[in-house]
Amino acid sequence: MTAPNASPVQSRPLWGAGKTVVLLVGAAILWSYLGTGSNLLLPFQADGRHQVALFFSQLFPPNLSASLLTRALRGSLETLAVSIMGTLLAVLIGFPLGALSAYTVMGNRRFSEAEGSSAVARLWRRLIYDGSTLLLNFLRSVPELFWALIFIVAVGLGPFPGVLALGFHTGGVLGKLYSESLEALDSRPLEALQATGASTLKVFLFGMVPLALPQLLSYTLYRWEVNIRTAAVLGVVGAGGLGQDILVAMGLLHYQDLATFLIATLAIVIAVDFLSTFLRLRLIPS
Amino acid sequence: MAPFPQSSPWILPTTKPKSSPLSFTGWFVLVAALVGSYHLAEISPGKLLHTQGGSSLWGLLAEFFPPDLSAEFLLYLIVPTVKTIQISIMGTALAILIGLPLGILATSTLTFAGILFEGGSLSRSSRRRLWMLPYLLARGGLSLLRSIPEIVWGLLFVRIVGLGPFAGVLAIGLAYGGMLGKVYAEILEGVKQSPVEAVRAVGARRFPLVVYGLFPQAFPNFVAYSLYRWECAIRSAAILGLVGAGGLGQEIEVSMKMLNYPQALTIILVSFILVTLVDRVSSWIRRTLL
Repeated sequence: MTAPNASPVQSRPLWGAGKTVVLLVGAAILWSYLGTGSNLLLPFQADGRHQVALFFSQLFPPNLSASLLTRALRGSLETLAVSIMGTLLAVLIGFPLGALSAYTVMGNRRFSEAEGSSAVARLWRRLIYDGSTLLLNFLRSVPELFWALIFIVAVGLGPFPGVLALGFHTGGVLGKLYSESLEALDSRPLEALQATGASTLKVFLFGMVPLALPQLLSYTLYRWEVNIRTAAVLGVVGAGGLGQDILVAMGLLHYQDLATFLIATLAIVIAVDFLSTFLRLRLIPS
Repeated sequence: MAPFPQSSPWILPTTKPKSSPLSFTGWFVLVAALVGSYHLAEISPGKLLHTQGGSSLWGLLAEFFPPDLSAEFLLYLIVPTVKTIQISIMGTALAILIGLPLGILATSTLTFAGILFEGGSLSRSSRRRLWMLPYLLARGGLSLLRSIPEIVWGLLFVRIVGLGPFAGVLAIGLAYGGMLGKVYAEILEGVKQSPVEAVRAVGARRFPLVVYGLFPQAFPNFVAYSLYRWECAIRSAAILGLVGAGGLGQEIEVSMKMLNYPQALTIILVSFILVTLVDRVSSWIRRTLL
Protein backbone atom coordinates (compact mmCIF):
# COMPACT_ATOMS: atom_id res chain seq x y z
CA MET A 1 0.00 0.00 0.00
CA THR A 2 3.04 2.28 -0.19
CA ALA A 3 2.84 2.64 -3.93
CA PRO A 4 3.40 6.27 -4.95
CA ASN A 5 0.17 6.47 -6.89
CA ALA A 6 -2.07 4.67 -4.48
CA SER A 7 -5.69 4.74 -5.53
CA PRO A 8 -7.64 7.73 -4.25
CA VAL A 9 -9.53 5.81 -1.61
CA GLN A 10 -11.88 8.15 0.12
CA SER A 11 -10.48 8.58 3.59
CA ARG A 12 -12.97 7.79 6.30
CA PRO A 13 -13.04 10.21 9.17
CA LEU A 14 -12.97 7.24 11.55
CA TRP A 15 -9.29 7.66 12.31
CA GLY A 16 -9.16 11.38 11.68
CA ALA A 17 -11.43 13.74 13.53
CA GLY A 18 -13.45 10.77 14.73
CA LYS A 19 -10.58 9.23 16.66
CA THR A 20 -11.51 11.11 19.82
CA VAL A 21 -15.09 9.91 19.53
CA VAL A 22 -14.05 6.30 19.08
CA LEU A 23 -11.76 6.51 22.11
CA LEU A 24 -14.48 8.21 24.17
CA VAL A 25 -17.06 5.59 23.20
CA GLY A 26 -14.58 2.85 24.09
CA ALA A 27 -13.90 4.43 27.46
CA ALA A 28 -17.65 4.85 28.09
CA ILE A 29 -18.24 1.18 27.36
CA LEU A 30 -15.44 0.13 29.71
CA TRP A 31 -16.79 2.46 32.41
CA SER A 32 -20.27 1.01 31.96
CA TYR A 33 -19.00 -2.55 31.94
CA LEU A 34 -17.36 -2.06 35.32
CA GLY A 35 -20.15 0.09 36.74
CA THR A 36 -22.94 -2.36 35.95
CA GLY A 37 -21.04 -5.34 37.31
CA SER A 38 -21.39 -6.99 33.92
CA ASN A 39 -19.74 -10.29 33.30
CA LEU A 40 -19.72 -11.12 29.62
CA LEU A 41 -17.57 -14.17 30.24
CA LEU A 42 -20.64 -15.72 31.86
CA PRO A 43 -21.38 -18.11 28.97
CA PHE A 44 -17.75 -19.29 29.06
CA GLN A 45 -17.65 -20.10 32.74
CA ALA A 46 -18.85 -23.50 33.88
CA ASP A 47 -20.67 -21.97 36.83
CA GLY A 48 -22.48 -19.32 34.81
CA ARG A 49 -23.40 -21.77 32.07
CA HIS A 50 -24.84 -24.04 34.70
CA GLN A 51 -26.97 -21.22 36.18
CA VAL A 52 -28.42 -20.24 32.81
CA ALA A 53 -28.96 -23.84 31.72
CA LEU A 54 -30.63 -24.68 35.02
CA PHE A 55 -33.07 -21.80 34.71
CA PHE A 56 -34.04 -22.48 31.12
CA SER A 57 -34.30 -26.24 31.68
CA GLN A 58 -36.87 -25.56 34.40
CA LEU A 59 -39.08 -23.96 31.74
CA PHE A 60 -39.51 -27.34 30.04
CA PRO A 61 -41.90 -28.80 29.35
CA PRO A 62 -44.38 -25.87 29.26
CA ASN A 63 -47.52 -26.51 31.23
CA LEU A 64 -50.22 -27.12 28.63
CA SER A 65 -53.03 -28.17 30.94
CA ALA A 66 -56.49 -26.96 29.96
CA SER A 67 -56.91 -24.69 32.98
CA LEU A 68 -53.61 -22.93 32.39
CA LEU A 69 -54.24 -22.58 28.67
CA THR A 70 -57.56 -20.92 29.51
CA ARG A 71 -55.75 -18.46 31.76
CA ALA A 72 -53.13 -17.81 29.11
CA LEU A 73 -55.86 -17.22 26.52
CA ARG A 74 -57.70 -14.85 28.83
CA GLY A 75 -54.44 -12.98 29.54
CA SER A 76 -53.65 -12.79 25.83
CA LEU A 77 -57.10 -11.45 24.95
CA GLU A 78 -56.87 -8.88 27.74
CA THR A 79 -53.43 -7.80 26.49
CA LEU A 80 -54.78 -7.54 22.96
CA ALA A 81 -57.76 -5.52 24.21
CA VAL A 82 -55.49 -3.15 26.16
CA SER A 83 -53.29 -2.61 23.10
CA ILE A 84 -56.28 -1.88 20.85
CA MET A 85 -58.01 0.46 23.30
CA GLY A 86 -54.72 2.12 24.21
CA THR A 87 -53.94 2.78 20.55
CA LEU A 88 -57.48 4.10 19.98
CA LEU A 89 -57.15 6.47 22.94
CA ALA A 90 -53.77 7.53 21.59
CA VAL A 91 -55.38 8.45 18.27
CA LEU A 92 -58.09 10.42 20.08
CA ILE A 93 -55.43 12.34 22.02
CA GLY A 94 -52.79 12.52 19.31
CA PHE A 95 -54.90 13.60 16.34
CA PRO A 96 -56.31 16.89 17.67
CA LEU A 97 -53.07 17.81 19.44
CA GLY A 98 -51.03 16.80 16.41
CA ALA A 99 -53.19 18.91 14.11
CA LEU A 100 -52.91 21.91 16.43
CA SER A 101 -49.14 21.56 16.59
CA ALA A 102 -48.65 21.39 12.81
CA TYR A 103 -47.52 24.76 11.51
CA THR A 104 -49.27 24.16 8.21
CA VAL A 105 -52.54 24.04 10.13
CA MET A 106 -51.92 26.70 12.75
CA GLY A 107 -49.27 29.13 11.68
CA ASN A 108 -48.59 28.85 8.00
CA ARG A 109 -48.26 32.32 6.57
CA ARG A 110 -50.03 31.32 3.39
CA PHE A 111 -53.21 30.27 5.08
CA SER A 112 -53.38 32.76 7.91
CA GLU A 113 -52.48 35.79 5.79
CA ALA A 114 -55.10 34.89 3.28
CA GLU A 115 -57.68 35.13 6.01
CA GLY A 116 -56.36 38.55 6.96
CA SER A 117 -56.08 37.54 10.56
CA SER A 118 -55.55 40.18 13.21
CA ALA A 119 -52.56 40.36 15.54
CA VAL A 120 -54.66 38.97 18.40
CA ALA A 121 -55.76 36.00 16.33
CA ARG A 122 -52.16 35.32 15.36
CA LEU A 123 -51.10 35.45 19.01
CA TRP A 124 -53.80 32.94 19.94
CA ARG A 125 -52.71 30.72 17.13
CA ARG A 126 -49.13 30.90 18.37
CA LEU A 127 -50.19 30.07 21.94
CA ILE A 128 -52.25 27.06 20.87
CA TYR A 129 -49.44 25.85 18.63
CA ASP A 130 -46.78 26.14 21.34
CA GLY A 131 -49.09 24.77 24.01
CA SER A 132 -50.03 21.64 22.12
CA THR A 133 -46.42 21.02 21.07
CA LEU A 134 -45.33 21.27 24.68
CA LEU A 135 -48.13 19.00 25.88
CA LEU A 136 -47.23 16.35 23.29
CA ASN A 137 -43.61 16.59 24.38
CA PHE A 138 -44.58 16.00 27.96
CA LEU A 139 -46.96 13.12 27.18
CA ARG A 140 -44.37 11.16 25.27
CA SER A 141 -41.40 11.83 27.52
CA VAL A 142 -43.01 9.95 30.42
CA PRO A 143 -42.64 6.21 29.68
CA GLU A 144 -45.78 4.03 29.57
CA LEU A 145 -44.85 2.15 32.73
CA PHE A 146 -44.47 5.39 34.70
CA TRP A 147 -47.87 6.56 33.45
CA ALA A 148 -49.23 3.16 34.51
CA LEU A 149 -47.90 3.65 38.04
CA ILE A 150 -49.68 7.01 38.22
CA PHE A 151 -52.98 5.73 36.79
CA ILE A 152 -52.99 2.70 39.07
CA VAL A 153 -53.04 5.09 41.99
CA ALA A 154 -55.91 6.95 40.34
CA VAL A 155 -58.22 4.18 39.10
CA GLY A 156 -56.94 1.04 40.83
CA LEU A 157 -55.35 -2.14 39.52
CA GLY A 158 -56.51 -3.82 36.31
CA PRO A 159 -56.38 -3.28 32.56
CA PHE A 160 -57.99 0.19 32.56
CA PRO A 161 -54.91 2.04 33.93
CA GLY A 162 -52.92 0.16 31.28
CA VAL A 163 -55.16 1.58 28.56
CA LEU A 164 -54.73 5.09 29.96
CA ALA A 165 -50.95 4.66 30.21
CA LEU A 166 -50.64 3.47 26.61
CA GLY A 167 -53.02 6.18 25.43
CA PHE A 168 -51.15 9.04 27.10
CA HIS A 169 -47.62 8.02 26.09
CA THR A 170 -48.53 6.85 22.59
CA GLY A 171 -50.80 9.88 22.16
CA GLY A 172 -47.70 12.02 22.58
CA VAL A 173 -45.75 9.95 20.07
CA LEU A 174 -48.56 9.80 17.49
CA GLY A 175 -49.30 13.51 17.87
CA LYS A 176 -45.74 14.33 16.89
CA LEU A 177 -45.73 11.88 13.98
CA TYR A 178 -49.14 13.16 12.78
CA SER A 179 -48.06 16.79 12.90
CA GLU A 180 -44.90 15.94 10.98
CA SER A 181 -46.94 14.23 8.25
CA LEU A 182 -49.36 17.15 8.08
CA GLU A 183 -46.41 19.51 7.71
CA ALA A 184 -44.76 17.47 4.98
CA LEU A 185 -47.75 17.50 2.60
CA ASP A 186 -47.49 18.76 -0.94
CA SER A 187 -48.92 22.27 -0.68
CA ARG A 188 -50.14 22.61 -4.28
CA PRO A 189 -53.40 20.65 -3.92
CA LEU A 190 -54.08 22.57 -0.73
CA GLU A 191 -53.55 25.91 -2.48
CA ALA A 192 -55.85 24.76 -5.25
CA LEU A 193 -58.50 23.95 -2.68
CA GLN A 194 -58.02 27.31 -1.02
CA ALA A 195 -58.32 29.06 -4.36
CA THR A 196 -61.85 27.72 -4.59
CA GLY A 197 -62.66 29.68 -1.46
CA ALA A 198 -62.36 26.95 1.13
CA SER A 199 -61.76 28.09 4.69
CA THR A 200 -58.78 26.87 6.72
CA LEU A 201 -60.99 24.27 8.39
CA LYS A 202 -62.24 23.02 5.04
CA VAL A 203 -58.72 22.92 3.63
CA PHE A 204 -57.77 20.85 6.65
CA LEU A 205 -60.73 18.48 6.51
CA PHE A 206 -60.96 17.95 2.76
CA GLY A 207 -57.37 18.59 1.71
CA MET A 208 -54.86 17.78 4.39
CA VAL A 209 -56.55 14.86 6.13
CA PRO A 210 -57.30 12.84 2.97
CA LEU A 211 -53.80 13.49 1.64
CA ALA A 212 -52.11 12.50 4.88
CA LEU A 213 -54.42 9.60 5.72
CA PRO A 214 -52.24 6.74 4.38
CA GLN A 215 -49.27 8.01 6.37
CA LEU A 216 -51.36 8.55 9.51
CA LEU A 217 -52.77 5.03 9.25
CA SER A 218 -49.32 3.59 8.72
CA TYR A 219 -47.95 5.32 11.83
CA THR A 220 -50.94 4.19 13.87
CA LEU A 221 -50.48 0.57 12.86
CA TYR A 222 -46.77 0.81 13.65
CA ARG A 223 -47.53 2.10 17.13
CA TRP A 224 -50.05 -0.70 17.62
CA GLU A 225 -47.18 -3.15 17.04
CA VAL A 226 -45.18 -1.33 19.71
CA ASN A 227 -48.17 -1.23 22.05
CA ILE A 228 -48.86 -4.96 21.98
CA ARG A 229 -45.33 -5.45 23.32
CA THR A 230 -45.84 -2.85 26.01
CA ALA A 231 -49.33 -4.13 26.90
CA ALA A 232 -47.75 -7.53 27.49
CA VAL A 233 -45.51 -6.09 30.21
CA LEU A 234 -47.83 -3.52 31.82
CA GLY A 235 -48.90 -6.26 34.19
CA VAL A 236 -45.58 -6.21 36.01
CA VAL A 237 -46.69 -2.98 37.69
CA GLY A 238 -50.25 -4.30 38.15
CA ALA A 239 -51.97 -3.07 35.00
CA GLY A 240 -53.45 -6.37 33.82
CA GLY A 241 -52.75 -8.69 30.93
CA LEU A 242 -50.13 -11.35 30.42
CA GLY A 243 -47.48 -9.41 32.38
CA GLN A 244 -49.43 -10.04 35.55
CA ASP A 245 -49.57 -13.80 34.84
CA ILE A 246 -45.84 -13.82 34.13
CA LEU A 247 -45.10 -11.99 37.36
CA VAL A 248 -47.28 -14.33 39.44
CA ALA A 249 -45.80 -17.46 37.85
CA MET A 250 -42.30 -16.12 38.60
CA GLY A 251 -43.17 -15.28 42.15
CA LEU A 252 -44.55 -18.75 42.78
CA LEU A 253 -41.56 -20.34 40.98
CA HIS A 254 -44.02 -22.07 38.63
CA TYR A 255 -41.57 -22.06 35.76
CA GLN A 256 -43.54 -24.41 33.53
CA ASP A 257 -46.54 -22.07 33.77
CA LEU A 258 -44.14 -19.23 33.03
CA ALA A 259 -43.06 -20.98 29.85
CA THR A 260 -46.65 -21.15 28.65
CA PHE A 261 -47.17 -17.43 29.30
CA LEU A 262 -43.93 -16.62 27.48
CA ILE A 263 -45.11 -18.61 24.48
CA ALA A 264 -48.45 -16.78 24.63
CA THR A 265 -46.57 -13.44 24.66
CA LEU A 266 -44.54 -14.48 21.62
CA ALA A 267 -47.68 -15.67 19.86
CA ILE A 268 -49.68 -12.45 20.26
CA VAL A 269 -46.69 -10.23 19.44
CA ILE A 270 -46.05 -12.13 16.22
CA ALA A 271 -49.77 -12.34 15.43
CA VAL A 272 -50.19 -8.56 15.75
CA ASP A 273 -47.12 -7.98 13.57
CA PHE A 274 -48.72 -10.11 10.85
CA LEU A 275 -52.15 -8.55 11.26
CA SER A 276 -50.69 -5.06 11.12
CA THR A 277 -48.74 -5.87 7.96
CA PHE A 278 -51.89 -7.34 6.41
CA LEU A 279 -53.95 -4.26 7.27
CA ARG A 280 -51.20 -1.99 5.97
CA LEU A 281 -51.19 -3.77 2.62
CA ARG A 282 -54.98 -3.82 2.50
CA LEU A 283 -55.78 -0.27 3.58
CA ILE A 284 -52.88 1.74 2.27
CA PRO A 285 -52.44 2.07 -1.47
CA SER A 286 -48.74 2.06 -2.21
CA MET B 1 -48.58 11.22 -8.44
CA ALA B 2 -49.85 12.03 -11.92
CA PRO B 3 -52.85 14.33 -11.69
CA PHE B 4 -54.35 12.86 -14.86
CA PRO B 5 -54.93 9.19 -15.30
CA GLN B 6 -52.84 8.48 -18.37
CA SER B 7 -55.27 6.04 -19.91
CA SER B 8 -58.30 8.30 -19.99
CA PRO B 9 -57.39 11.87 -20.94
CA TRP B 10 -61.03 12.99 -21.30
CA ILE B 11 -61.98 12.40 -17.70
CA LEU B 12 -61.65 15.37 -15.39
CA PRO B 13 -58.91 14.92 -12.78
CA THR B 14 -61.17 13.93 -9.96
CA THR B 15 -60.88 10.57 -8.37
CA LYS B 16 -64.11 8.71 -8.12
CA PRO B 17 -64.91 8.16 -4.47
CA LYS B 18 -63.77 4.64 -3.87
CA SER B 19 -66.13 2.19 -2.34
CA SER B 20 -65.34 1.57 1.28
CA PRO B 21 -61.87 0.05 1.70
CA LEU B 22 -63.29 -2.52 4.07
CA SER B 23 -65.78 -5.16 3.13
CA PHE B 24 -68.89 -5.75 5.19
CA THR B 25 -67.08 -8.53 7.04
CA GLY B 26 -64.15 -6.19 7.61
CA TRP B 27 -66.33 -3.57 9.27
CA PHE B 28 -68.07 -6.24 11.31
CA VAL B 29 -64.75 -7.60 12.59
CA LEU B 30 -63.49 -4.09 13.35
CA VAL B 31 -66.59 -3.12 15.33
CA ALA B 32 -66.64 -6.46 17.17
CA ALA B 33 -62.95 -6.07 18.06
CA LEU B 34 -63.51 -2.55 19.39
CA VAL B 35 -66.59 -3.47 21.44
CA GLY B 36 -64.93 -6.62 22.76
CA SER B 37 -61.77 -4.75 23.67
CA TYR B 38 -63.78 -2.05 25.43
CA HIS B 39 -65.29 -4.68 27.72
CA LEU B 40 -62.19 -6.81 28.20
CA ALA B 41 -60.08 -3.78 29.05
CA GLU B 42 -62.64 -2.84 31.72
CA ILE B 43 -62.87 0.74 30.50
CA SER B 44 -64.76 2.91 32.92
CA PRO B 45 -64.27 6.63 32.29
CA GLY B 46 -66.29 7.41 35.40
CA LYS B 47 -63.36 6.26 37.52
CA LEU B 48 -61.39 9.24 36.27
CA LEU B 49 -63.85 11.65 37.86
CA HIS B 50 -64.03 9.81 41.16
CA THR B 51 -60.69 8.19 41.73
CA GLN B 52 -59.91 5.81 44.54
CA GLY B 53 -58.93 8.52 46.97
CA GLY B 54 -62.25 10.22 46.28
CA SER B 55 -60.58 13.10 44.47
CA SER B 56 -60.57 13.74 40.75
CA LEU B 57 -57.69 12.84 38.46
CA TRP B 58 -56.60 16.48 38.53
CA GLY B 59 -56.60 16.39 42.32
CA LEU B 60 -54.30 13.39 42.23
CA LEU B 61 -51.99 14.90 39.64
CA ALA B 62 -51.78 18.05 41.77
CA GLU B 63 -50.30 15.95 44.56
CA PHE B 64 -47.20 15.43 42.42
CA PHE B 65 -46.42 19.14 42.58
CA PRO B 66 -44.06 20.67 43.42
CA PRO B 67 -41.29 18.15 42.65
CA ASP B 68 -38.93 17.34 45.50
CA LEU B 69 -35.83 19.32 44.60
CA SER B 70 -34.10 19.15 47.98
CA ALA B 71 -30.32 18.84 47.71
CA GLU B 72 -30.42 15.67 49.77
CA PHE B 73 -32.75 13.83 47.40
CA LEU B 74 -30.98 15.11 44.29
CA LEU B 75 -27.62 13.90 45.63
CA TYR B 76 -29.21 10.57 46.42
CA LEU B 77 -30.41 10.26 42.80
CA ILE B 78 -26.91 10.65 41.34
CA VAL B 79 -25.98 6.98 41.76
CA PRO B 80 -29.16 5.52 40.18
CA THR B 81 -28.88 8.07 37.36
CA VAL B 82 -25.29 7.07 36.62
CA LYS B 83 -26.30 3.40 36.77
CA THR B 84 -29.09 4.06 34.27
CA ILE B 85 -26.62 5.65 31.85
CA GLN B 86 -24.21 2.74 32.29
CA ILE B 87 -26.95 0.15 31.73
CA SER B 88 -27.95 1.87 28.49
CA ILE B 89 -24.35 2.05 27.19
CA MET B 90 -23.37 -1.48 28.13
CA GLY B 91 -26.74 -2.83 27.00
CA THR B 92 -26.31 -1.25 23.57
CA ALA B 93 -22.72 -2.52 23.35
CA LEU B 94 -23.91 -6.04 24.13
CA ALA B 95 -26.73 -5.66 21.60
CA ILE B 96 -24.18 -4.79 18.90
CA LEU B 97 -22.04 -7.75 19.98
CA ILE B 98 -25.04 -10.06 19.58
CA GLY B 99 -26.68 -8.34 16.62
CA LEU B 100 -23.66 -8.01 14.34
CA PRO B 101 -22.70 -11.68 13.94
CA LEU B 102 -26.33 -12.82 13.82
CA GLY B 103 -27.16 -10.00 11.43
CA ILE B 104 -24.35 -11.02 9.09
CA LEU B 105 -25.55 -14.62 9.13
CA ALA B 106 -29.09 -13.40 8.48
CA THR B 107 -28.02 -11.53 5.35
CA SER B 108 -28.97 -13.59 2.32
CA THR B 109 -26.44 -11.79 0.11
CA LEU B 110 -23.66 -12.90 2.47
CA THR B 111 -24.71 -16.47 3.11
CA PHE B 112 -26.12 -17.95 -0.09
CA ALA B 113 -27.52 -15.53 -2.62
CA GLY B 114 -26.36 -12.79 -4.90
CA ILE B 115 -23.09 -11.66 -6.40
CA LEU B 116 -20.76 -13.35 -3.90
CA PHE B 117 -21.98 -16.73 -5.03
CA GLU B 118 -22.24 -16.17 -8.76
CA GLY B 119 -20.54 -18.54 -11.12
CA GLY B 120 -20.23 -21.32 -8.63
CA SER B 121 -19.78 -24.92 -9.66
CA LEU B 122 -22.19 -27.66 -8.72
CA SER B 123 -20.38 -28.45 -5.49
CA ARG B 124 -20.63 -24.82 -4.49
CA SER B 125 -24.32 -24.70 -5.15
CA SER B 126 -24.88 -27.61 -2.79
CA ARG B 127 -22.75 -25.85 -0.23
CA ARG B 128 -24.93 -22.85 -0.81
CA ARG B 129 -27.96 -24.82 0.29
CA LEU B 130 -26.05 -25.85 3.40
CA TRP B 131 -25.52 -22.18 4.23
CA MET B 132 -29.25 -21.60 4.27
CA LEU B 133 -29.43 -23.40 7.58
CA PRO B 134 -27.40 -20.85 9.61
CA TYR B 135 -29.29 -18.13 7.72
CA LEU B 136 -32.66 -19.48 8.81
CA LEU B 137 -31.43 -20.14 12.35
CA ALA B 138 -30.10 -16.60 12.63
CA ARG B 139 -33.39 -15.14 11.30
CA GLY B 140 -35.38 -17.22 13.77
CA GLY B 141 -33.06 -16.42 16.65
CA LEU B 142 -33.23 -12.68 15.99
CA SER B 143 -37.01 -12.83 15.77
CA LEU B 144 -37.21 -14.69 19.08
CA LEU B 145 -34.85 -12.22 20.79
CA ARG B 146 -36.82 -9.15 19.76
CA SER B 147 -40.32 -10.56 20.19
CA ILE B 148 -39.88 -10.96 23.94
CA PRO B 149 -40.11 -7.46 25.44
CA GLU B 150 -37.03 -6.27 27.33
CA ILE B 151 -38.99 -6.05 30.58
CA VAL B 152 -39.74 -9.78 30.37
CA TRP B 153 -36.07 -10.51 29.62
CA GLY B 154 -35.33 -8.34 32.66
CA LEU B 155 -37.60 -10.44 34.86
CA LEU B 156 -35.92 -13.63 33.67
CA PHE B 157 -32.39 -12.34 34.16
CA VAL B 158 -33.09 -10.91 37.58
CA ARG B 159 -33.87 -14.51 38.46
CA ILE B 160 -30.69 -15.83 36.86
CA VAL B 161 -27.99 -13.29 37.74
CA GLY B 162 -29.71 -11.60 40.67
CA LEU B 163 -31.03 -8.09 41.27
CA GLY B 164 -28.98 -5.23 39.91
CA PRO B 165 -27.84 -3.49 36.75
CA PHE B 166 -26.26 -6.54 35.08
CA ALA B 167 -29.74 -8.04 34.62
CA GLY B 168 -30.75 -4.80 32.89
CA VAL B 169 -27.70 -4.96 30.62
CA LEU B 170 -28.58 -8.50 29.57
CA ALA B 171 -32.23 -7.60 29.00
CA ILE B 172 -31.39 -4.66 26.73
CA GLY B 173 -28.59 -6.62 25.08
CA LEU B 174 -30.81 -9.52 24.04
CA ALA B 175 -33.97 -7.61 23.07
CA TYR B 176 -32.07 -4.88 21.21
CA GLY B 177 -29.62 -7.41 19.77
CA GLY B 178 -32.61 -8.95 18.00
CA MET B 179 -33.71 -5.61 16.59
CA LEU B 180 -30.19 -4.50 15.60
CA GLY B 181 -29.44 -7.82 13.90
CA LYS B 182 -32.55 -7.59 11.76
CA VAL B 183 -31.81 -4.02 10.72
CA TYR B 184 -28.11 -4.77 10.08
CA ALA B 185 -29.19 -7.57 7.75
CA GLU B 186 -31.60 -5.23 5.95
CA ILE B 187 -28.85 -2.64 5.55
CA LEU B 188 -26.39 -5.21 4.21
CA GLU B 189 -28.93 -6.56 1.75
CA GLY B 190 -29.75 -3.06 0.59
CA VAL B 191 -26.25 -1.87 -0.32
CA LYS B 192 -25.54 -0.87 -3.89
CA GLN B 193 -24.17 -3.78 -5.90
CA SER B 194 -21.94 -1.79 -8.25
CA PRO B 195 -19.09 -1.11 -5.77
CA VAL B 196 -19.13 -4.78 -4.80
CA GLU B 197 -18.85 -5.74 -8.45
CA ALA B 198 -16.02 -3.23 -8.87
CA VAL B 199 -14.05 -4.79 -6.04
CA ARG B 200 -14.65 -8.22 -7.51
CA ALA B 201 -13.55 -7.03 -10.94
CA VAL B 202 -10.07 -6.30 -9.55
CA GLY B 203 -9.91 -9.91 -8.47
CA ALA B 204 -10.77 -9.75 -4.79
CA ARG B 205 -11.68 -12.93 -3.00
CA ARG B 206 -14.79 -13.18 -0.93
CA PHE B 207 -13.44 -11.85 2.36
CA PRO B 208 -11.88 -8.65 0.97
CA LEU B 209 -15.01 -8.28 -1.10
CA VAL B 210 -17.08 -8.11 2.05
CA VAL B 211 -14.62 -5.90 3.92
CA TYR B 212 -13.96 -3.39 1.13
CA GLY B 213 -17.08 -3.68 -1.00
CA LEU B 214 -19.92 -4.17 1.45
CA PHE B 215 -19.00 -2.85 4.87
CA PRO B 216 -17.87 0.66 3.90
CA GLN B 217 -21.29 1.22 2.38
CA ALA B 218 -23.15 -0.20 5.33
CA PHE B 219 -21.04 1.42 8.04
CA PRO B 220 -22.73 4.86 8.22
CA ASN B 221 -26.15 3.25 8.49
CA PHE B 222 -24.89 0.81 11.11
CA VAL B 223 -23.61 3.67 13.24
CA ALA B 224 -26.75 5.77 12.77
CA TYR B 225 -29.12 2.95 13.65
CA SER B 226 -27.05 1.74 16.62
CA LEU B 227 -27.03 5.27 18.01
CA TYR B 228 -30.78 5.50 17.55
CA ARG B 229 -31.09 2.26 19.52
CA TRP B 230 -28.96 3.75 22.28
CA GLU B 231 -31.46 6.61 22.53
CA CYS B 232 -34.19 4.00 23.01
CA ALA B 233 -32.01 2.05 25.46
CA ILE B 234 -31.80 4.95 27.89
CA ARG B 235 -35.63 4.91 28.13
CA SER B 236 -35.63 1.15 28.63
CA ALA B 237 -32.87 1.39 31.22
CA ALA B 238 -34.94 3.91 33.15
CA ILE B 239 -37.92 1.56 33.40
CA LEU B 240 -36.11 -1.76 33.81
CA GLY B 241 -35.60 -0.88 37.46
CA LEU B 242 -39.30 -1.60 37.98
CA VAL B 243 -38.49 -5.30 37.80
CA GLY B 244 -35.36 -4.96 39.93
CA ALA B 245 -32.75 -4.36 37.26
CA GLY B 246 -31.19 -1.28 38.83
CA GLY B 247 -31.30 2.40 37.96
CA LEU B 248 -34.00 5.06 38.19
CA GLY B 249 -36.96 2.70 37.76
CA GLN B 250 -36.23 1.11 41.09
CA GLU B 251 -36.30 4.49 42.80
CA ILE B 252 -39.59 5.55 41.22
CA GLU B 253 -41.23 2.36 42.39
CA VAL B 254 -40.04 2.99 45.94
CA SER B 255 -41.32 6.57 45.85
CA MET B 256 -44.71 5.54 44.48
CA LYS B 257 -45.08 2.75 47.05
CA MET B 258 -44.32 5.22 49.84
CA LEU B 259 -46.87 7.60 48.29
CA ASN B 260 -44.12 10.19 47.98
CA TYR B 261 -45.40 11.67 44.73
CA PRO B 262 -43.15 14.78 44.62
CA GLN B 263 -40.12 12.45 44.66
CA ALA B 264 -41.65 10.37 41.86
CA LEU B 265 -42.11 13.54 39.80
CA THR B 266 -38.46 14.48 40.39
CA ILE B 267 -37.38 11.07 39.10
CA ILE B 268 -39.60 11.48 36.02
CA LEU B 269 -38.01 14.89 35.40
CA VAL B 270 -34.51 13.46 35.84
CA SER B 271 -35.21 10.69 33.34
CA PHE B 272 -36.62 13.28 30.93
CA ILE B 273 -33.39 15.30 31.21
CA LEU B 274 -31.38 12.10 30.78
CA VAL B 275 -33.22 11.18 27.58
CA THR B 276 -32.70 14.69 26.18
CA LEU B 277 -29.02 14.57 27.11
CA VAL B 278 -28.50 11.21 25.41
CA ASP B 279 -30.26 12.52 22.27
CA ARG B 280 -27.76 15.41 22.21
CA VAL B 281 -24.68 13.22 22.75
CA SER B 282 -25.88 10.75 20.17
CA SER B 283 -26.43 13.39 17.51
CA TRP B 284 -22.98 14.83 18.32
CA ILE B 285 -21.37 11.40 17.78
CA ARG B 286 -23.35 10.97 14.57
CA ARG B 287 -22.17 14.34 13.26
CA THR B 288 -18.55 13.67 14.16
CA LEU B 289 -18.33 10.15 12.78
CA LEU B 290 -20.41 10.44 9.62
